[in-house]
Amino acid sequence: MSWLMVALGAGVGAPLRYLVDRAVQSRHDIGFPWGTFTVNIAACAVLGLLTGASTAVPGTLAHLIGPGLCGALSTYSTFSYETVHLARTGAKVLALTNAIVSVVAGLIAAVAGQALTA
Amino acid sequence: MRTRIIAAIALGGIIGACARYGASLLWPTPAGGFPWTTFWVNVTGCAAMGVLMVVATEILTPHPLVRPFLGTGVLGGYTTFSTYIVDAQQLLDAGRLVTALLYLVATLVTALLATQAAAALTRRVAVRR
Repeated sequence: MSWLMVALGAGVGAPLRYLVDRAVQSRHDIGFPWGTFTVNIAACAVLGLLTGASTAVPGTLAHLIGPGLCGALSTYSTFSYETVHLARTGAKVLALTNAIVSVVAGLIAAVAGQALTA
Repeated sequence: MRTRIIAAIALGGIIGACARYGASLLWPTPAGGFPWTTFWVNVTGCAAMGVLMVVATEILTPHPLVRPFLGTGVLGGYTTFSTYIVDAQQLLDAGRLVTALLYLVATLVTALLATQAAAALTRRVAVRR
């Protein structure tokens, strides 16, 4: 059952990441990877909400939302690739900004999410 | 085409997420410990992304579904930013400040280096052939 829930969540999370990324990137043509930033921070907020409510959420739903939806909605590989790509194409400040702001914003989103449901 | 791209990403995402979930069951992280499983999942996924992006954008012209399936789908679903952040947040909550900071920085630096090194190595091998 847990595997099925993870698969279901991921089956929604991964395409959702693609669609959000496309929608966000089409509105910003400056070099910053806003699309990946948006999905990653959103997934941190949702996972924070889930952690805060962990005692009230049944295990099957937790698998669907946690390792399934949030795991697949967020991505480290694209985040890392985009950061390396920025640095390689001369945008070193943007690369460093992307790395640091993503981590700090992710932590704030997770803490805020957890505080809302804890 | 758009429907097929989304289907390829969904399928890839399921495969990647199940691989990550399987790794978390095989190598569970003890409470308060360094989250090695998520660390290695993210680092290996980033290295694979470095290889894939060079192969798919600089060496070959693959079928239009290959990059959505493998990159956005499998590797995107396999690696996770949210678990990385929430793992660190829980370490902070538990008062494990040093472990949390070490984990945040070590993952970031190793993942970026793995992406860069894997891409550079792939380029070198491709040029030599």
